[in-house]
Amino acid sequence: MTAGALSGLSVLELGSMVAAPYCAKLLADLGAEVVKLEAPGMGDPARRRGPFPDDVPHLERSALFLYLNTSKCGVTLDPGTETGRRIFRDLASDVDVLIEDRAPGELERIGLGYSRLSELNPRLVVASITPFGQTGPYRDYQSHHLNLYHGSGHSSPFHIPGPAEGRPPPKAGGYLGDYDAGLTAAIGTIAAVIGRAASGRGQHVDLSKQEAMMCMERVDIGRLTNDPNPQPRRMVGGLTRAKDGYFMVTPLEKHQWEALIHAMGEPEWSKADWCKDERGRLEHAAEAKEHIERWAANLTRDEIYHLCQAEGTPAGPVRNVAEVRAWEQAKARGFFVEIEHREAGTQVYPTAPYRFSKTPWAGSPAPLLGEHNEEVYCGRLGYSREDLARLAAAGVI
Amino acid sequence: MQDAHASRGPLSGIRVTDFTWAWAGPQGTLLLAMLGAEIIKIESHARLDHARVHSLAAGSVSPGPDESPFFNDLNLGKLSITLDLRKEEARDVVRRLVARSDVVTQNMRPGVLDRLGLGYEDLRTVKPDIIMLSSSAVGATGPEGSYAGYAPTFACMSGAVEITGYPDEPPSPLSGAVDLRVGTTAAFAVLAALHHRQQSGEGQHIDLSSTEVMSAMIGEAFLEYSLCDRVPQRGGNRDSAMAPHNCYRCRGEEQWLTIAVGTEAEWSALRSVIADPELGDDAFAGPLERWRNQERLDEILGRWTRERDSREAMETLQRAGVAAMVVHTGASIGKDPHVQERGVFDTVVHPRIGERAVVGPPWRLEGVDVRRAAPLIGEHTHYILEEILGLSREEIDRLEEAGVLN
Repeated sequence: MTAGALSGLSVLELGSMVAAPYCAKLLADLGAEVVKLEAPGMGDPARRRGPFPDDVPHLERSALFLYLNTSKCGVTLDPGTETGRRIFRDLASDVDVLIEDRAPGELERIGLGYSRLSELNPRLVVASITPFGQTGPYRDYQSHHLNLYHGSGHSSPFHIPGPAEGRPPPKAGGYLGDYDAGLTAAIGTIAAVIGRAASGRGQHVDLSKQEAMMCMERVDIGRLTNDPNPQPRRMVGGLTRAKDGYFMVTPLEKHQWEALIHAMGEPEWSKADWCKDERGRLEHAAEAKEHIERWAANLTRDEIYHLCQAEGTPAGPVRNVAEVRAWEQAKARGFFVEIEHREAGTQVYPTAPYRFSKTPWAGSPAPLLGEHNEEVYCGRLGYSREDLARLAAAGVI
Repeated sequence: MQDAHASRGPLSGIRVTDFTWAWAGPQGTLLLAMLGAEIIKIESHARLDHARVHSLAAGSVSPGPDESPFFNDLNLGKLSITLDLRKEEARDVVRRLVARSDVVTQNMRPGVLDRLGLGYEDLRTVKPDIIMLSSSAVGATGPEGSYAGYAPTFACMSGAVEITGYPDEPPSPLSGAVDLRVGTTAAFAVLAALHHRQQSGEGQHIDLSSTEVMSAMIGEAFLEYSLCDRVPQRGGNRDSAMAPHNCYRCRGEEQWLTIAVGTEAEWSALRSVIADPELGDDAFAGPLERWRNQERLDEILGRWTRERDSREAMETLQRAGVAAMVVHTGASIGKDPHVQERGVFDTVVHPRIGERAVVGPPWRLEGVDVRRAAPLIGEHTHYILEEILGLSREEIDRLEEAGVLN
């Protein structure tokens, strides 16, 4: 089989939960050799977070962990011990990239900070992913996904529809903001690796999750920051109820509006003057919505989707995960694959949103806790099996 | 002129011929520009990038193509050339540019560039190791490969919208950030392909599905469906395990504070700040009890926050080690002392819009910056033809007269 686009790249991950593990997963699924370091006996907190089958906690059966750690090798290591730190330095001496999410200053204090590691390995790229970055007044602040999602500008008053009067904005489902941070960190990391070819040395990538999320909402933040009285948000079409649920229709351009009207059978109301230009349609957005809703009430989401698309107006059904899994387009593209895991069994995983014409996506199951201790410690660092037993007894691995 | 366009970033020396428009594509090449790549935006007066004139949720934003703040914020530091691609000579200019480029990006409907003779198979004949990224609504293959979409449709179809919002309200279609997630994912894919080319000398084509971008970012929800046979539902600001976990109203109008407690240590820290004796009740003794009784818990916390300024409450709770954060619903984020001290915003001067604060690069990396405002339409047509392609004044004049440079 052909090697992935990032094959040959060796990565060490000291990450937990979503952002740093997702960053490393993106690299691993494209062929990078990722060794994930986890706390002995405990592992990545995502292992204890679930969801689990039948809600029974099990370190090897957390949906969150299984998804975010595909294609990695897993070893246990406690960098809190002197031996653990030595092993950490030995591993870091020989890789291209370290991805870590410890609190700012924590690795520095135990002799594993960027400056020390770059002395041992000047070509090392270190990506540090923290809620607020390595500097600034909030650098030591705590944050869960909820806090930063709302704390980085994603709850602007522009959402259509917004929440009911008096309610706070809702967060995005899942861990979207943490994925934003992991994805953004992966870009900075690979850029630093590419730049290393010319400079000959690595660098420290300081990634603030807040800034990654702000960059993802840069247009609305720009509006609010520069314009104290931005235009209220209006939209022609939008989220609309169909016979069997909601769908989205976005007839932004003139030809898309005309396509929608054609799909609706050229109703009489569409001949009104206000329908003729964008301004009129926006001013009558509520009226247009009523007409679209009346038409949609007798059709299913999928009927509307195909009808609108055949005419050339963008529309799409709101789908739950079961419906996305059953979607013919996703099947035809092979977006989902089965991966067999020793403890969690054969499950269906999303792959990646990109298809490379020459290099494959190469997802393989997430590691069991400490699954690759022997391979990495004996194979790479030359420890014997007896050494491993001693290290395990001492709680180092 | 050339020096003004030179960069020190990790992608300096990389040239991108960029056909992307709207929001998603331009965000991808914006990130590449911040990293030091030279982005040449192929534009045309006949088919304007719609971000130059209007927005999905705001309608017309600009009287002409050079005054849109949205366009500015998504196209910082790029170069713009206008070409009428219906003319063979314009397509020839594109081919000559591609021969001097490393990457081509596009987000037209699948098939459009191929029909113009500028598809991947055509372009690799002029530049065998070219990397080309094509971004579309649902991918370029499969029965729906020709379908179109915008950020709200990608988000709805991906599964992400269904799990966002309050359980007793319609789902929330997220925001324009969805487009930027698509562009950011595209930038990552291009970098991976550049890495591969650096190692192997081989270019390739990348087919990106915008809808799949959003599905991949809620991947654990798909695993939950497979592994636990459960379809995740939306839960407002609540969490499936943590409590308290919500937005709480503070003093003033529309002022909110998020508080999330994940561990016993965080719970003790919270109790050390909010001295309400009711929190000592058995109903809140452990994480499961707190989760089960979270409505009552929310009331108690709300009583405390309502009396307080959101920023002061955040600082007090954070000092004790509680994850608490002001909700930024408006301009407040630009005034946040942490954001200011980190220099998150850059200032660019646009010849028509004037001085404007823009969100800067999301990484602290050597040589990474925002150098210039977005280009006026066709601003660099002559520079590109002369300096990059080496055309003579006479040749350029002839192209101009033939209407190729519109």
